[in-house]
Amino acid sequence: MPSLKDLRNRIGSVKSTRKITSAMKMVAASKLRRAQEQAHAAQPYAQRMQGMLSRLAANYVVTPASPRLLVGSGADQVHLLIVLTSDRGLAGGFNSYVVREARRQIANLLVDGKTVKVLTVGRKARDLLRRDHRERIVDSLEGVGRKKLSFSDATMIAKAALDRFDSGEVDVVTVIYNRFKSVMAQVPTQLQLVPFQLPKAKPANDAHDKHRGEAAGPVPASYEFEPNEEDILAELLPRNLAIQLYSALLDSAAGEQAARMTAMDNATRNAGDAINRYTLAYNRARQAAITKELIEIVSGAEAL
Amino acid sequence: MVTAPRKFEFELVSPEQLVFSEPVDMAVVPGADGDFGVLAGHSPLISTLRPGVLQIWQGDVVEQSLFVAGGFAEVNEERCTVLADEAIPVSSIDPGAVTLEIEELEAELPGEDDPVAKRLIESRLNIARAKLWAAKVPTTH
Repeated sequence: MPSLKDLRNRIGSVKSTRKITSAMKMVAASKLRRAQEQAHAAQPYAQRMQGMLSRLAANYVVTPASPRLLVGSGADQVHLLIVLTSDRGLAGGFNSYVVREARRQIANLLVDGKTVKVLTVGRKARDLLRRDHRERIVDSLEGVGRKKLSFSDATMIAKAALDRFDSGEVDVVTVIYNRFKSVMAQVPTQLQLVPFQLPKAKPANDAHDKHRGEAAGPVPASYEFEPNEEDILAELLPRNLAIQLYSALLDSAAGEQAARMTAMDNATRNAGDAINRYTLAYNRARQAAITKELIEIVSGAEAL
Repeated sequence: MVTAPRKFEFELVSPEQLVFSEPVDMAVVPGADGDFGVLAGHSPLISTLRPGVLQIWQGDVVEQSLFVAGGFAEVNEERCTVLADEAIPVSSIDPGAVTLEIEELEAELPGEDDPVAKRLIESRLNIARAKLWAAKVPTTH
């Protein structure tokens, strides 16, 4: 049976915890709004680029002379996984879901006899994966977009991956991140970046695609290419890689704040419940003490 | 006899935001193989860009000139889309700062023993030089 003083202290400490979690919730909510705005602003470029790629792909025939980013290195022995997490915790299951997905994928690849290399972005991925995959982590980045995520962060990571691909160190590059489905739901997702899968042209059922607008727009008969198709693809593909990474980073950043907001909301509510419980116990104990004292006085008086 | 001018949709997009989206009369785009002007009804085209100045014409005047560091342009029946790596108004380029940047890059330029780093610095040098050139040449015709 805790004493009155213990209970009072306990209530005080839970109250200050609640203050902290509710402040963190507010901060996460405002950061979430900013992250969502940024993700929204980045959409047009990604959409236009997808559109351009699908129109390029429509008449493109893959040849051995095609850019290596498209045809691959001719092997799929060495896989590079880029795992995106946050630097900070206290965001519910946000980081552990991604890391679990990464662990699963690593295990699958190892069963198939592949070699796995891991590039972690965010401190949590490194901390969590270091325990059982220390020797597979080739590089860890931290503090990406601490202030504000910029496109150069994405190009930096893309370059790290591309350099490894170009030098023949890895054959396949996949990114694992939390896709921002809604404020309540972030879905761990895998996206293969290299070799790049050209969007499939669907001339057969194009008819009902025509109403869908930009991305799946009608494929015109002929484009002129300057300087030529191959050179454009050679430039477009690395850029597209950076863009896909950029959207993944933005999704992950928004998801982190959303997850933190939800987690902190729950924590605040739990703290409130705990305070109610402790207050009830405290009042009971206080009344019991009063009753006890009264009984002592009364029975003392009776004894006289 | 000049036919009535027809406008077309022009979009300039950078990775971080949609910079410009309006009907225009003409756009002059710095293509990799030389500048090209786009008018309404231009034939479909996809081109890469070199660092240079993008001009947006309304009527007979250049309404905006923007420096783009590189990227892609696509022209189709509906619109002209420019995906630029970086787009800044020519008027906001500071020639002094760019000159300084060029000098720094030239000092950094490695020898033949590191071809990858050399190519990287050279491409940044090209962008900086084009930027300086854009700032010095008067853009009103």
